[in-house]
Amino acid sequence: MTAALGFQSDWWAVLTSDLMLRGLLGGVLVAIAAGLVGPFVHLRNEGFATHTMAHVGFPGAIGAALVGWPTSIGVALACGLSGLAIGGLGRRPEERDIATGTVLAAATALGVLLSSFAAHGTVLVTATLFGNLTSISTDQLVGFAAGTVIVGVVIAFVGRPLLFSTVSPDVAAARGVPTSALSMGFVMTLALVVTMAIQVVGTLLLFALVVTPSATAFAWTGRAAPARCASIAIGVAGVLGGLAVSAMFDLPPSVPIVGLLVVGWCASTLATRTKGRS
Amino acid sequence: MPEGCGDGANAVEAVGLAAARDGRIVWSDGTFDLPVGTITGVIGPNGSGKTTLLRVLLGLHPVAAGSVKVLGRVPHRGDPRIGYVAQDFAVREAATLTCRDLVAVAVSRARPGTKGGGWWRELRRRRRVVGDALDAVGVSDIADRRWSAISGGQQQRVAIAQALVGDPEMLLLDEPLANLDPDARAELVGLLERLVGERGLTAVVVAHDLGPLLPVLHGAVYLLDGHAHHDLLDNVDPALLTHLYGGRVRVVRTPQGDLFAPDVDRDGRHGHNHGGGAGR
Repeated sequence: MTAALGFQSDWWAVLTSDLMLRGLLGGVLVAIAAGLVGPFVHLRNEGFATHTMAHVGFPGAIGAALVGWPTSIGVALACGLSGLAIGGLGRRPEERDIATGTVLAAATALGVLLSSFAAHGTVLVTATLFGNLTSISTDQLVGFAAGTVIVGVVIAFVGRPLLFSTVSPDVAAARGVPTSALSMGFVMTLALVVTMAIQVVGTLLLFALVVTPSATAFAWTGRAAPARCASIAIGVAGVLGGLAVSAMFDLPPSVPIVGLLVVGWCASTLATRTKGRS
Repeated sequence: MPEGCGDGANAVEAVGLAAARDGRIVWSDGTFDLPVGTITGVIGPNGSGKTTLLRVLLGLHPVAAGSVKVLGRVPHRGDPRIGYVAQDFAVREAATLTCRDLVAVAVSRARPGTKGGGWWRELRRRRRVVGDALDAVGVSDIADRRWSAISGGQQQRVAIAQALVGDPEMLLLDEPLANLDPDARAELVGLLERLVGERGLTAVVVAHDLGPLLPVLHGAVYLLDGHAHHDLLDNVDPALLTHLYGGRVRVVRTPQGDLFAPDVDRDGRHGHNHGGGAGR
C-alpha cells in the first residue's frame, strides 16, 4: 500500500463488495442506536461520561484478546462496569468531572500496558482506538441488530418519562417518576451503544458518531422528537457518505465518517448561531 | 391560632410539624392550616428550610415530628393533585428545547380507562393538554420558541404551565420571583392570583422577599429561629416581623389593610418602603 491519496475509479465496485456492505449495514445499525440515545446524552450533559466509557472499553478489548475472548465481550463488560460506576456517582456532572477524567487516563494506561503483553498488540490497539468497519463479521452484525432493537425498545417504552426526568429532574421526582432507576437504565443503554460504536469508529472517534449528530440536530430544532429523528438521519448519512468517500479515496472508513459528521456540526453551528441569538 | 376562612376546608393541615436535614432539626413547631383557595407565602432567610417545607408537602422529604395532611391525605410522592414549580425548573442543557416540549414532557400516559382511541387520538389529547396549559399562563404565542430565547418572566410562566398539566388542585412554587425585574414580578403575581381565582387552586409560594407578593397573599408561614410560624395577613404580628427581618421592618397602615416591608433588603437595594425615612 502506498500513502498516496488518489481517486479510485473502481470505488462503486469496492463499496458494493461483500466486505463493505457488511460494514455499511453495521455502521447504519450503530448510527440508528446512537441517534436514539444521542439527544438524551446531550440534554443530560453526559458527553464526557460517554467519552470516558469508550476509553474504559479500550483495556476491556485488549484484556479480552489476551485471554482469548472476543474483544466485543471485553468491551461490553468494561463499558457496563463503567456505566454502573457513572450511574452510581449521581446526576450532577460537574461534581464528577475530575473523577471521570482520572478514570479515563487510568483506563487508557491500562490498555497500553495490556497491549504490550498481546501477540499482535499494535494491530489490536489500532483497531480498538480507530475502529475496524471493513472487517465486521456476521456475528458482529447479529449483535448490532440485537443491540439496536434493544435500544429502540427501551427508548420506545421509557423515552417519555426519561425525557421528563432528564429535563426537569426535581419536578419529575415529585411527580413520582423513578428518576434514579431511569438514570441507571439510561447509562446501561448508553453502555450498550458505546460497545457497538467502538467496533465501528473506535474509542477515540466515538464521540463524533454518538454525541455530535444530536448536537447538529439541536442546532436546527428545539423539538425533542424531530431532533431524535434528525440525529438518526445525520448519523446514517455520515456512515453512508463516509464509507463512499473511503471507497473513493482508499481511506480508513472512520476518517471520512467522523470528518463528515464534524463538518456537518461545524456548518450547522455556524449557520444557526446568529439565528439562535436573535 | 388563625381560623380557616370561608367554608373551612383546609388544603394543608400541619400539627407540630418538624423537618430534619442531616440529622439536624431545620424547623419545628409547625402548626398551621392553609385554607383551600388561598395563597400562602413561605418566608425565611437562606437555609431556613423553605424548600424543605415544600418537599415535605410533596412527600419527598420525611417528617421528623408532628403530622401533616395535604388535601386530606398524608403527603405521598407522585400525588397528581399537586403541581410543583421547582426553583431549578429545567436543567441548563434543556434550555435548547421549545417551551411546548418542556411542558409536554409532564403529560403522562392516558389512564387505562380512557384508552381506546388509538395512537392518533392520544397524540391529539397530549397536544390539547399542552396547549391548554400554555394558554392558561398566556405564552401560547411563544410556545414554539426555545426556552433559552425567551425572557425570565416568560420562562417562569412556562414552568408554571408544566405544573398545570394534569389539572392539579394545589400549586407549590419555589422562588418563582427570583431573578425577575419588578415588572415581570408584578405580572407573575397577577397571573398567580388569576390562576388561583379561576381554578380554585391553593398556592404555596416560597419567596425570599415578601414585598411583591403582598397584594395577593392570604397568609404566610415564617421559618424563623428553627420554628414555623403562621399568620393570616389580616392579623400581622409586627413583633414577629421585626424579629424576622432583624429590626428593619415597618408596618404601614393602608386603606387595603396593613402592609409591612423591610426598609432595605439584604443586598442593600431599597425594598418596598411604604413609610417615610429609612429607620434602621
